[in-house]
Amino acid sequence: MAILVDEDTRLLVQGITGREGSFHTAQMRAYGTNVVAGVTPCKGGTDVDGVPVFDTVAEAVAQTNANATVIFVPGSFGADPIMNAADAGLPLIVSITEHIPVQDEVKVYRFVEDRGSRLIGPNCPGLVSSGRCKVGIMPNQLFLEGHVGVVSRSGTLTYEMVNELTRRGIGQSTTVGIGGDPVIGTSFTDILRLFDDDDDTQAVVLIGEIGGTDEEEAAEYIGSRIGKPVVAFISGRTAPPGKRMGHAGAIITGGVGGPQHKVDAFTAVGVPVADSIADIAERIEVLLGAVPTR
Amino acid sequence: MKLQEYMGKELLRAVGVPVPPGGVATTPEEAAEIARTLGSVAVKAQVLVGGRGKAGGIKLANSPEEAEVAARQILGMDLKGLTVEKVLVEQQVSIAQEYYAGITLDRANHSYILMLSSMGGIDIEDVAASNPDAIIRTWIDPAYGLLPFQIRDAMFAAGFERSAFKDLQNIIAGLYQVLVEEDGFLVEVNPLAVTTDGRAIAADAKVDLDDSALFRHPELAALQSETIGDPLEQIASEKGFAYVRLGGDVGIIGNGAGLVMMTLDVVKQVGGNPANFLDIGGGARAEVVRNAIDVLLQDENVKGIVINIFGGITRGDEVAKGLLQVASERDIPVPIAIRLAGTREAEALELLEGSSFIPAADLVTATRSVLEQMQERSTAGVGGQR
Repeated sequence: MAILVDEDTRLLVQGITGREGSFHTAQMRAYGTNVVAGVTPCKGGTDVDGVPVFDTVAEAVAQTNANATVIFVPGSFGADPIMNAADAGLPLIVSITEHIPVQDEVKVYRFVEDRGSRLIGPNCPGLVSSGRCKVGIMPNQLFLEGHVGVVSRSGTLTYEMVNELTRRGIGQSTTVGIGGDPVIGTSFTDILRLFDDDDDTQAVVLIGEIGGTDEEEAAEYIGSRIGKPVVAFISGRTAPPGKRMGHAGAIITGGVGGPQHKVDAFTAVGVPVADSIADIAERIEVLLGAVPTR
Repeated sequence: MKLQEYMGKELLRAVGVPVPPGGVATTPEEAAEIARTLGSVAVKAQVLVGGRGKAGGIKLANSPEEAEVAARQILGMDLKGLTVEKVLVEQQVSIAQEYYAGITLDRANHSYILMLSSMGGIDIEDVAASNPDAIIRTWIDPAYGLLPFQIRDAMFAAGFERSAFKDLQNIIAGLYQVLVEEDGFLVEVNPLAVTTDGRAIAADAKVDLDDSALFRHPELAALQSETIGDPLEQIASEKGFAYVRLGGDVGIIGNGAGLVMMTLDVVKQVGGNPANFLDIGGGARAEVVRNAIDVLLQDENVKGIVINIFGGITRGDEVAKGLLQVASERDIPVPIAIRLAGTREAEALELLEGSSFIPAADLVTATRSVLEQMQERSTAGVGGQR
């Protein structure tokens, strides 16, 4: 099972001929992802290591039946390809792009929502269903097949987490980086709902950070349902208010987004908030009990 | 990018929002010259810190001579660590009524939100805490923008006076225009004032622009150095680092914002006091690592450095080469511990063998060894005089 991506994913890569696009296309294929097409305007008719390149997204979808796309296009131009993909009817859109202007992200959100696509990101590392399919830029070697769902706003912190789980022999069903921007397409809650419905997932790790109220919403959702056990982590717990900590979205403003509020929200619904990556892994180990990884 | 008051007011003025007449001075003489045509003025320090008035950064003057004296007192003044280099000299406003108007991003609703309140002149966060119903919130559909009826409805709900209604409405429309045209994160006027002679005017302006959109505004991007008060933050930003000064004595370097934030948390838990946030980003090469160390060593508070790298795309051996490069180029006066995991971890550790860098298996150990060395050196009087 796993969520969002698997063996049936037929991936399109927007910006496939660029440096990042071509490098990560090779990495994704090495992981076993079925990359069926690429799009770079005016480079249609060529190919990248055998993957056909098209001028337009609509044409690529018509010719190859792609059902997901990953976008490697710089921030200044980052909004247009997302809207393009939604307009072409692609159900899953993953935007790796960092530094898309917020005003563009607000329009993108509305546009994608209207067309019924799901957007992961922007400014995210993508997602991996262990052993089945990778969409994005996460390092191939980290993942192990198993039953823990991982969802995170951060990139490298996700890698740390997965690395620690794998080291202990705890595999992952799907790992999703939802992105560090203030406006993102898919929230923690959206992913938690998917994990709750996924037979393959037995427990969930949620890695949040300061800024916004997405963690609080997730806690509210967790408190409202009977679902998989969740272990949470919040980074930036010692960050001062008013300072943007790297991620455009990681800022405590006007009393909103502070860490204690998030910790309290999780604690109130019985979700343990771990102190470190190792602590999360230990708690997951306990939760899974004697359940062996596949 | 937070704009200074005078820059924010210029943006408002450009779209027709009335602001008090005035000008910017860098010398007392200029301040007197500007005051000559304005009558009674306020002389306001142009620095990006809150509570300027209480700290003595705003003074009233009733003549050009008084304005000169006030400017002489304020220019060069140290306000919460920032030196005042400019003052805004503007006509005093005789205020009858103070409102609040602000437009900002509402993350939870993925849209911009207009906030109005008849409780102006005080911190809106205090209003939100003590009297949340006094803030009228209106969400803006990005497809259609802020519509005139929405502004009117919000104004009635907030209890704005009918006397200057149309002018106030135009000002609020102007705030949205600035937000859209200049890519604002926040455009706020507090107080939005009605004067004793019945005019509506933006008596203050707080504008925060979206850094990611500065490429669309080269004229504003040019002002960026002026908006970063901290020289080290300026240098780091030129080198392409996400850097925030935090004031402690343990310098921090890591790759990825979430990882660096966690590193700060761990260093603090172990008893250290982080000097900064510095993210070298993904896929960093030796050169980048060298630059990062360079930036930290320019902070004279830094007495030790903790580096935390998880190699995904970033290669451990590249990080190690960068470190060795710095060590060969300059004397490193502080202990540096590095915790490195992931891609090419073994090669990296091999490269660092025999160097002065302290390798550690985990972050807690790395932090402890740096703190110990800092302690030893300060007791021995070494490295304390940087």
